[in-house]
Amino acid sequence: MEKVASSIEQALIEIQGVSKSFGNVKVLNNISLSINKGEFFSLLGPSGCGKTTLLRIIAGFEKPDSGRIIIDGVDYTDAPPYRRPVNMVFQNYALFPHLNVFENVAFGLKYQNLSKFEIKKKVLEALELVQLSGFENRKPSELSGGQKQRVALARALVLKPKVLLLDEPLNALDPKLRKEMQIELKKLQHNIGITFIFVTHDQEEALSISDRIAVINNGQIEQVGTGYEIFERPRTEFVANFMGARNLFNAILHRLGKHIFEVELPNLVKFRISMNDEKIKPIPDEFKFVVRPEKIFIRKTPLKNSSFVSVPATVESKLYYGASTSWILRANGFLIFVEEQNRDVKFRQDFYPGEKVYAVWEKRNIVFLETR
Amino acid sequence: MKGKIYWLFLVPSAFILIVFFLFPLLIMFYYSFLQRGVYGGFEPIENVKEYIFNFIWLKNYIRVFDPLYIPIYIRSLYIAFLTTLICLLLGYPVAYYIAFKVKPERKILYLFFIIVPLWTSFLIRTYAWILILRDEGLINLLLMKIGVIDKPLPLLYNEFSVLLGLVYGELPFMILPIYASLERIDISLIEASKDLGANEFATLKRVILPLTFPGIIVGVVIVFIPTLGSFIVSDLLGGAKSMLIGNLIQNQFMIARDKPFGSAIAFVLSAFVLLLLYIYRKFLGGKFEVL
Repeated sequence: MEKVASSIEQALIEIQGVSKSFGNVKVLNNISLSINKGEFFSLLGPSGCGKTTLLRIIAGFEKPDSGRIIIDGVDYTDAPPYRRPVNMVFQNYALFPHLNVFENVAFGLKYQNLSKFEIKKKVLEALELVQLSGFENRKPSELSGGQKQRVALARALVLKPKVLLLDEPLNALDPKLRKEMQIELKKLQHNIGITFIFVTHDQEEALSISDRIAVINNGQIEQVGTGYEIFERPRTEFVANFMGARNLFNAILHRLGKHIFEVELPNLVKFRISMNDEKIKPIPDEFKFVVRPEKIFIRKTPLKNSSFVSVPATVESKLYYGASTSWILRANGFLIFVEEQNRDVKFRQDFYPGEKVYAVWEKRNIVFLETR
Repeated sequence: MKGKIYWLFLVPSAFILIVFFLFPLLIMFYYSFLQRGVYGGFEPIENVKEYIFNFIWLKNYIRVFDPLYIPIYIRSLYIAFLTTLICLLLGYPVAYYIAFKVKPERKILYLFFIIVPLWTSFLIRTYAWILILRDEGLINLLLMKIGVIDKPLPLLYNEFSVLLGLVYGELPFMILPIYASLERIDISLIEASKDLGANEFATLKRVILPLTFPGIIVGVVIVFIPTLGSFIVSDLLGGAKSMLIGNLIQNQFMIARDKPFGSAIAFVLSAFVLLLLYIYRKFLGGKFEVL
């Protein structure tokens, strides 16, 4: 029975219309989300966007002004943290300094009616899971940042929560260790199958680690989707901008036929596109679209191909990053950012400031934004 | 150059400590080996050899342990212990309340209320208790007026009034160090505890109390030591039966005019306190670095 059910994606956590204010500041505004069983779900947004507050509401440290938190069919909105089937990994790890590693990991097992032998067995298993066997008697002050991180993980996971909440847990680690921990976290989550809700402000981290991402801004959800959707098909200007789609164009749409449109970038270029029915509706006469920098390339001549757009521009500057090169072009008031992978030791083409060129992109790389 | 000049900053305080603290202490130490003269003062030492080898210099210290005085020591320890315990039981909740339940911007106000009695002389505040506790005092008059009692309750000149005065005087010194250690606790540790399944009480027991242990120890020490040597409260609020070590020492200096014996008791008391601190360090000091 259960196995059949688990093969179908089912919502484990339902966040229903949660709002929260601190004083006059509205931190969360009517947030609704459903997170599936076994999912690695990220809350992504700039600092102060409310993502940590949402996590703390799920954990029970804050009470929402309105809305419900349903976990596995049970309403936990008013339950204290110690009655919730969730556990948290804190940003600063929050290991108990007066207890050693073993005692830290065993802390919550005390409330599960286990024998001493069972507790010991579970703690040792959890420490093995995070590769810290043999560290039982160390004090937190004797551990490195990465090791503390693992203890914090073991301490939460040993309780077999339905959901593990992680509040920017990798922030304090150096970049190399951070990358390693990302891979390890992802692997761990896959192996144990517990739902993770992961708060981060790092786009790349969220993309690489998550099954799905909710981008949050100003206490509201901007977009929920897979990493691919968030990155390649941002729906709002904020998401596009936050994910680094820097080329934002204001355009005017002229309808030519049932599915044929002309897009006009005033004083710059006009090009035709065709759209199917479902795309047509949300786009008004004046709208915005983005093209990601890496989807644009530079040519000395326009590309005479109907599936490409060529925009005349002037080279403004060039930034060499080693793996890639960044170009900034100016096209009649617009700045166009171009990013090129350096795939060969030899530059494909080099351009000089002031040079007249064309910024070229394929029409399918245009992302139309919703207007609010 | 730079490093060398800093010791100059120590000179003023070192001067005060040496001249007004260490030096008098040495004089008292010397006194404690002398004998009281017939009219107070000191008996001159006529034969140094005899004085040393007949252990006349130890006489005061032997007398300290005279069975006559033992009940006083026991009572003093008992009173000091009880005062410390009551201060701890009353002070911890207050410190906890201010640290965790009072809004940050109002904490200063609460701490101010705890410190403000210290602005008045302890002697005056102790006298004030007499006005409150005596037969015609505030409490008894009030209770008789509203008809709860017919005749005054014996509130003054007993163990109760001594304990009350001591607890009243020492409570701020228990609250402040505990408050300081509570303030230092990382809030996320308390949240982590609750997150892991511990309710409010279990969190207090397993996280907050152990982490504030240093503050508790500081509070206990700075309440217990002065209480053990106190004499003003028992003098003013205590009856004839409530003589404490402090009174005994004071009597030797002021009434019996036996400075040598008074000094000897004072040094035995100091030695006892140092021994307690040593035991604490030896058995707990490694675990919690406080003193």
